[in-house]
Amino acid sequence: MDKRVTFKGWLLPLLLIAPQVLISVVFFFYPAGEAVWQSLFIPDPFGLSMQYVGLGNFEFLFNDPYYRASFVTTAVFSTLVTLVSMVPALFLAVLADRLVKGAGTYRTLLIWPYAVAPAVAGVLWLFMFNTRIGVVAFYLNQLGYDWNHVLNQNEAMGLVVVASSWGRISYNFLFYFAALQAVPKSVIEAAAIDGARFWRRFFTIVLPLLSPTTFFLLVVNIVYAFFETFGVIHTITSGGPQQATTILVYKVYADGFVGQDLGSSAAQSVVLLVVVGLLTVLQFKFVEKRVHY
Amino acid sequence: MKNFALGAAIASAALAAPLSASAQTEIQFWHAFTGRLGELVDAQVEQFNASQDEYKVVATHKGNYSETLNAGIAAFRAGEQPDVLMVFEVGTATMMAAKGAIKPVYQVMEDAGVPFNSDDYIGAVKGYYTTTDGKMLSLPFNSSTPVLWVNRDMLDKAGVAKDAPLTTWEDVGKVLDQLKSSGVDCPMTTAWQSWIHLENLSAYHNVPFASEENGFAGLDTKLEFNGPVQVKHIQTLGDWAKKGEFVYKGRRNEGGADFRAGTCALFTESSAGYAGIKSEAKFNFEVHPLPYWGDVKGAPQNTIIGGASLWVMAGKSDEHYKGVAEFLNFLSSPEVQAKWHQDTGYLPITKAAAELTREQGFYDKNPGTDIAVKQMTANAPTENSKGLRLGNFDQIRGIIDEELEGVWSGDKTAQEALDSAVERGNQLLRRFEAANR
Repeated sequence: MDKRVTFKGWLLPLLLIAPQVLISVVFFFYPAGEAVWQSLFIPDPFGLSMQYVGLGNFEFLFNDPYYRASFVTTAVFSTLVTLVSMVPALFLAVLADRLVKGAGTYRTLLIWPYAVAPAVAGVLWLFMFNTRIGVVAFYLNQLGYDWNHVLNQNEAMGLVVVASSWGRISYNFLFYFAALQAVPKSVIEAAAIDGARFWRRFFTIVLPLLSPTTFFLLVVNIVYAFFETFGVIHTITSGGPQQATTILVYKVYADGFVGQDLGSSAAQSVVLLVVVGLLTVLQFKFVEKRVHY
Repeated sequence: MKNFALGAAIASAALAAPLSASAQTEIQFWHAFTGRLGELVDAQVEQFNASQDEYKVVATHKGNYSETLNAGIAAFRAGEQPDVLMVFEVGTATMMAAKGAIKPVYQVMEDAGVPFNSDDYIGAVKGYYTTTDGKMLSLPFNSSTPVLWVNRDMLDKAGVAKDAPLTTWEDVGKVLDQLKSSGVDCPMTTAWQSWIHLENLSAYHNVPFASEENGFAGLDTKLEFNGPVQVKHIQTLGDWAKKGEFVYKGRRNEGGADFRAGTCALFTESSAGYAGIKSEAKFNFEVHPLPYWGDVKGAPQNTIIGGASLWVMAGKSDEHYKGVAEFLNFLSSPEVQAKWHQDTGYLPITKAAAELTREQGFYDKNPGTDIAVKQMTANAPTENSKGLRLGNFDQIRGIIDEELEGVWSGDKTAQEALDSAVERGNQLLRRFEAANR
């Protein structure tokens, strides 16, 4: 039986989708179109003149080995951020789900970091790992480990990953926690009667049932790692040391809003748009097949 | 929406109120100063406002240097630019190229009939902001130059003789060895590595940083800071870094906190670090001229400035420009400048202000505070030491920072790093040339 509701006429449906379309046009299509247009020019910062360069901005970018290297940096960074923000979130959610007493308190505490803005989170982590006054850096030093993210590329990457993931764990926790509550108790109890232990039940029953949530979080977290982390990077490393933490979106920001090179910045956002578009298509095509709704 | 409308109504009422209350013309002035410097600027503005009743200058803080420049550019594009915008020296080429967006200061002064002579300014300051034919485009405001700050207590403790020279980098090397072998963790650090150890190093040794008189003579300039003098200096610093004698703390002035806390013995930083060091340091400190290489002919030439100047934006009425001219004239008066110099450690940008400071006995009471002035004015600037005028310079500095970090961590030799920085920077210069053709 087809349960679809159909409208008579066009006016009402158009009217109903109009707000969404309008928002997309104003906040997405128009700026995206503007970026594509601007990527063909080298404008001066004040908008007094523009030089048409065709695909010159793209040529400039892809001839730059440092720009190409930044794709690898971005891939490493977003993979790490996604992993570090999702795995602990799931673990904490499973533990919180088993709590009988005080679950509300734990839940509230675990959600808290989400309220901290990325740039502020960056400053907080920077304080802890600051080579001169940082508490963590101090204790590491006491243990004989010389922490110096100002020059050590791996430490710098580790620090921005942790700072970017920290608040994100709360967000992911929330979704996993809700999803866990929705797992039917009867299935788990049946498995328990059959003799399956906790972790066995978790991997064979709970995890597959969580897969829609996992998939959703995967998409959302990758987009987060791509687009929303430049505040953290700006406050902690400014893309350094050398270019160890210069991810694509940070370069868009730095070139456009600090360096006034709007043509290159626009071209970079077009590249980023294409990359994230492709990634999302890939995810929906391949990863989603393994999701059980 | 309702709140927005209400807010807009209040805001416009607030804006309209002073206009209706009196016939004063409001001059918008956007600057990048916070903290003590912000207070000092506010005090200057208040003093000006109190001195006459025709104009009212409204000073607004718009973030750090980059953010202030950005705010000004965005505002210009929206047709809401301030009358006066503070732009750091790195943005000078950008502003100069934006001919339709600015009104040159000499023009503003001429039109308003305010006496103005660019020769009143210290040569190295004037040169930075004037065209090749001597016309001043923006008003120098806060200018500083790098010097060597010394924690005397740490040197004493390490057994360094009181009269051990710190004149040349060769001398510094010996002192660093002594400090390191007596167990000092941070013998030397720096702020603003590109500005001090490449830009000023080049000027100080009279070698070019870039072709076309460091960009003064044309947009077709190319970077040239991978010459033997620069390579030797950066390689030496790299070797010191390997031995733990030079400790890198970050791209901006992160090292300042370490020096003020008494953990680093030597510190290359702007003369404007004075205010902070004086108020925070709990040890005996000294200022020395920036060291140079004794074996380079023509050194020491003169160092160049950093800091900001005030640009007058285009598109305002004559009435506004008259007010701006009065305000700029007030700011560059000897009394205001001398006080600013003494409070902050920035240079006295006019000769009269320097003279006044001397007459007031400030240098006798605060030994070392005139070193920066002397270092800058010791010789008449050459084409290598007038300053720098390079487009996309903020990004080029970013590239230099990245490449130097490669040297400090031991990943690259100085030659490799500087060659790479030159090549990458040149591409950005070509883009700037294309944008302003």
